[in-house]
Amino acid sequence: MSDVPLVLPLLIPLTTAAVSLLAWRRTVLHRVLAVAGAAALLGAGLALLDFVWRGGICATQAGAWPAPFGITLVADLFSAIMVVLAGVVGLTVVLFSLASMDRGREAFGYYPLVHVLLLGVCGAFLTGDLFNLYVWFEVMLMASFVLVVLGGERPQLHGGIKYVTLNLVSSALFLAAVGILYGLTGTLNLADLARKLDGMNQTSTVTAVGMLFLVAFGIKAAVFPLFFWLPASYHTPPGAVSALFAGLLTKVGVYALIRVFTLLFVREAAFTHPLMLALSGLTMVTGVLGAIAQDEFRRVLSFLHIGQIGYMTMGLALAGLTDSPSLAVLALAGSIFYIAHHIAAMTNLFLVSSVARRLCGTFELKRQGGLYRTQPLLAVLFLIPALSLGGMPPLSGFFAKLSLVQAALGAGQYVIVAAALVVGLLTLFSVTKIWAEAFWKPSPEAAGGGPAGLTSRQKRVLLVPIWGLAAMTVTIGLGAEAVFRLTTRAAEQLLHREEYIRVVLGGPP
Amino acid sequence: MATLLAVVIGCLYAAGIYMMLRRSLFKLILGLVLLSHGANLLIFTVGGLTRGRPPVVPPGAAAPAAPTADPLPQSLILTAIVIGFAVLAFSLALFHRGYQTFGSDDPDDLKASDR
Repeated sequence: MSDVPLVLPLLIPLTTAAVSLLAWRRTVLHRVLAVAGAAALLGAGLALLDFVWRGGICATQAGAWPAPFGITLVADLFSAIMVVLAGVVGLTVVLFSLASMDRGREAFGYYPLVHVLLLGVCGAFLTGDLFNLYVWFEVMLMASFVLVVLGGERPQLHGGIKYVTLNLVSSALFLAAVGILYGLTGTLNLADLARKLDGMNQTSTVTAVGMLFLVAFGIKAAVFPLFFWLPASYHTPPGAVSALFAGLLTKVGVYALIRVFTLLFVREAAFTHPLMLALSGLTMVTGVLGAIAQDEFRRVLSFLHIGQIGYMTMGLALAGLTDSPSLAVLALAGSIFYIAHHIAAMTNLFLVSSVARRLCGTFELKRQGGLYRTQPLLAVLFLIPALSLGGMPPLSGFFAKLSLVQAALGAGQYVIVAAALVVGLLTLFSVTKIWAEAFWKPSPEAAGGGPAGLTSRQKRVLLVPIWGLAAMTVTIGLGAEAVFRLTTRAAEQLLHREEYIRVVLGGPP
Repeated sequence: MATLLAVVIGCLYAAGIYMMLRRSLFKLILGLVLLSHGANLLIFTVGGLTRGRPPVVPPGAAAPAAPTADPLPQSLILTAIVIGFAVLAFSLALFHRGYQTFGSDDPDDLKASDR
């Protein structure tokens, strides 16, 4: 039964969401189911990772239709790592929601929606079929549309309209690209596409389609110059929803970019990958400069988030630019390491910002303050992901940046090295600004006593997921060697496409 | 036929993008609809146009007679239409709610959150 680990990450969120929907308005049951489902998803993700680590890439054909005709589910190490990370984000956000989500949103199906979102995300990670990827994207988007506007506050509606519009444009482009690719090759199976595209002469047409994919996934991943929807919408929904989006949604775009540009569009690397490298550098710089200009906790984080996306695509671009296979593996392994580090750190920062808002009554940094004095524990828990984001050793961000910079030095791309290091420094500067405003300076409302804080029981529940993610950041940092061995193997699998193609389409080993 | 459809698709895309650039939420939705129709028609056209040859296996034969229409693009479009319909219904509701809340159809008037 080799299919079970592959199907479970889809079945668990689907079942959780479906059962929750049947028990509409029974909020307590929703909460129990949501926590159990998210924990089970994390367990299933770890089981899948273990299965793929020991047995290599595995694939299963839905409905037993043979490979290029039916829909293939396939998991290599990269997919498995992403499913585990989705489980981590799902569990922490659901736990955080228990104490932070208001009754109204819970009654209107908040928890089932989170699980539908997780379903779409896991589906996108596990599918081996391009059109199926489109469908999973839509599942994920639909859930995220509702989550963005659930509650219907003014800023939410405003952010939601922008978010929906930009994502629909991106979906239309994605769909058109899928259609053209089908017209060119007559197949939609990723492995079959890789094989057929290798034998084609019309490289310029194929590259044009690749550019369509770059734009479509670039909008979803929020790379320069397509990121404008992100800072316009991520600071509007409740804190837990922001954290969920920051953890997962853009990463699905990055995942799709890495997948299609390591599997399908590899022949014109001399054209596509320098372009991607330039986009990565510009994404980093604009993101971090935007963050410096902001004065609102979550808007600073949104722009920092964009800056970090640049590092992930930087590894992908470097992998296609270097001639040496070992450098390509190093670059891509750095990218995957960066994704893992980023998901833990960024989700955590959004969660901390939400707690800070509960304590100070506002997200405006100017009106926050004094948190170090009243909440020293929270301050430490903020510093861990914040310093990690800036790349301080021994936290996870340092090793992620180190491998990317090493790869860039090896490939002789000194401009991007400079950009990566300067942006790291500026990232540190922006998180220091948050630290100075929200935590260090005396509270501006100290005389008035400030708004009512949290009960100690609420605080305990809110801090559990933050502790968990901080521990993950420290563990990835201290156990960097083991994690790096994992991501290196994942990168090797991505770069040796023959194995992926062989497992999906069958054939002699 | 393919040339004609190519022109139609081009017009749909052009009209869709023009509508999206207008200063009105309602026209923005119309633009999105035109854009997704353009994409659907594009899949249909690049999938190859074959007239009057349904891919149906005649009784007694193992495969349909040689030049048949490819059913896959049509099923892809069908899926895309269904998804597009759901998304459109949602965005109509959202934009209507936005219109009620902000009292304006002009995207520039939605200044509640973004500077």
